[in-house]
Amino acid sequence: MYGNDFSAPDGPRPATDAGPGPDEPASFLAVLAEEGRIEPRDEMPEAYRRTLVRQIAQHAHSEIIGMQPEGNWISRAPSLRRKGILMAKVQDEAGHGLYLYAAAETLGVDRADLLDQLHDGRQKYSSIFNYPTLTWADMGAIGWLVDGAAIVNQVPLCRCSFGPYARAMVRVCKEESFHQRQGFEILHTLSHGTPAQRAMAQDAVDRYWWPSLMMFGPTDTGPDASAGHTAQSMAWGIKRFSNDELRQRFIDMTVPQAEALGLTLPDPELRWNDERGHYDHGRIDFTELFEVIKGNGPCNAERMAHRVRAHEDGAWVREAAEAYAAKRTQEQEHVA
Amino acid sequence: MTTPRPSSPPPLRSSTEERRGDPGQRTPDNHVDHVLGLADDALVSAQRMGWWISRAPQLEEDLALANIGLDLLGQARALLSHAGALEGQGRGEDDLAYWRDERDFRNVKLVERPQEDFGVAMARLLVLSTWQSELYAALQRSTDPVLAAVAAKAAKEVAYHHDHATRWVLRLGDGTPESHARMQAALDAEWPWIEELFDESHLDPALVTDGVAVAPSSLREPVLRRLGDVVRSATLEVPDVPARVPGGRAGLHTEHLGRMLAEMQHLTRSHPGATW
Amino acid sequence: MRTREPLWEVFVRSRRGLNHVHVGSLHAPDAEMALRNARDVYTRRQEGVSLWVVPATAITASSPEERDAFFDPAADKIYRHPTFYDVPEGVEHL
Repeated sequence: MYGNDFSAPDGPRPATDAGPGPDEPASFLAVLAEEGRIEPRDEMPEAYRRTLVRQIAQHAHSEIIGMQPEGNWISRAPSLRRKGILMAKVQDEAGHGLYLYAAAETLGVDRADLLDQLHDGRQKYSSIFNYPTLTWADMGAIGWLVDGAAIVNQVPLCRCSFGPYARAMVRVCKEESFHQRQGFEILHTLSHGTPAQRAMAQDAVDRYWWPSLMMFGPTDTGPDASAGHTAQSMAWGIKRFSNDELRQRFIDMTVPQAEALGLTLPDPELRWNDERGHYDHGRIDFTELFEVIKGNGPCNAERMAHRVRAHEDGAWVREAAEAYAAKRTQEQEHVA
Repeated sequence: MTTPRPSSPPPLRSSTEERRGDPGQRTPDNHVDHVLGLADDALVSAQRMGWWISRAPQLEEDLALANIGLDLLGQARALLSHAGALEGQGRGEDDLAYWRDERDFRNVKLVERPQEDFGVAMARLLVLSTWQSELYAALQRSTDPVLAAVAAKAAKEVAYHHDHATRWVLRLGDGTPESHARMQAALDAEWPWIEELFDESHLDPALVTDGVAVAPSSLREPVLRRLGDVVRSATLEVPDVPARVPGGRAGLHTEHLGRMLAEMQHLTRSHPGATW
Repeated sequence: MRTREPLWEVFVRSRRGLNHVHVGSLHAPDAEMALRNARDVYTRRQEGVSLWVVPATAITASSPEERDAFFDPAADKIYRHPTFYDVPEGVEHL
């Protein structure tokens, strides 16, 4: 899964776009120049630190909000084998969220604060999770397309300049490839099943194709490029490729897989361009994406409500555990 | 674990009462029923545990509860496959999980009620895992070799579930005044359903004589003793509440099971003969 | 009430004969829970046979400013490495 690190054009800009300036220490620049890794206690520009905290936190939030659309089908998985796979997958997403929060915490923030910022809307999560999972085939489409797009986004992050983020991503990417394969397998089974199953699979792909392409963010190259922080993030070695490069890589990978599934992708302009050596695709209409980012997507309110409720309902449990630990510490001090 | 699905749903079995042979005479059906009971305990528990994933009090607990749910689901699959093989009518794990109605489920009522309070979830897991750990320890010596093998694997899993539930009951019982009260209330809610675990009225005694099954009543003393130890260490009181009448093993359930199964089975049943 | 569960660093021995290696961190109210959380978070795919958890606050780390003083002096002691020495051809097991 992946957190989008961009906002709607008319929304507030994240306050982290201080350009390279006098606060970039020589030691920091030297590490970047030799493609090394910045570690938590190294000197780093404040803007670099803030950008990372925001990006890693959004990525972590995306993982834990991303548990919901698939969690929605755990109780209804159509076979016990599928139920087990889905439980393990949603569990992995909790794990990925956890690895990522831990990476963010090396930068001196606290997970509890990051969660507060998610809960009160100060920090975002990937808009893809604001779409509903309406049929079982959506479990396939999410695994194949959403996780597929996430992997394309995440593999370069394994070489991110910030060590803890890169290491967390290595772990995430290893586990994520299971997610994509199980999604493909679900769709393959459905597309070779009954007519109703096949229709279910096609419908899911039709609904998830464009949102998956939007996971890479707005166009950031060419004449249509929107202002983002791609350039700064690339200079800092946080981002290695532009949104458009990664999107193209995903499309090139996915079109042949769709053929293998016997399913069509809902873009009449999708065709191989011999000259470019890539698939051409239709124009992406980001209007809806920006609406979803602004909070007007099909499930924004429900996702947040679910998350906040789980957090609030668990408060008494966390308080009890803390109180119990404090009592044990006190006892030990008495004995000592 | 894939078995060929019948092209149309298999006929539903007649109720236990009609199928059961003379009491005391071990019949294949009674053996199947016994294994189904243990399978359904695990399956229904796994289904209820699945609800918690994305709703746990902390992220670490989401992972822990998912692990426990996956263990229980694995036990259910192995036991259902075994029940299907013993039955010999070509039914696999999914046929049994998805195409039986509520009256044909054999689980105890302890596991089928919703558990959307963390205290209740931990109280129930404590009871279930204590009972399962005694049960599986004994079943490792079952004369049914498949049952013995499943029990050997499951024994390790439920030992961890028991550890997990125990740690939480201790923390919630001896945490804050609020958690103490809520944990006590959770125990009070679960305790009436314990006695059914030891009920023998629906078990063919020949299964015990033949060494296939463990006499449920033999687990009563160790289970209640271990439960009492944990409850008292947690500064809580062992509830003094009357036991509810048994019946789950005969397919007489609470109203909750039907709803749970309706949700669990609807997709599969909407597509008879489909493969997933 | 706002709870702040302590952070724990997790070390996993992936198989017998190998060192415990740092794999990440997690939150837990106390050591017992930290150890169990570590099992559920970091060994889901048989990554380990043994676990350590250490309160993150218990770790004392060298700082980047000390790096030169700490580590550079070892750089010129190449005679500590066996490859520094010439061995006549034909001499084995040395």
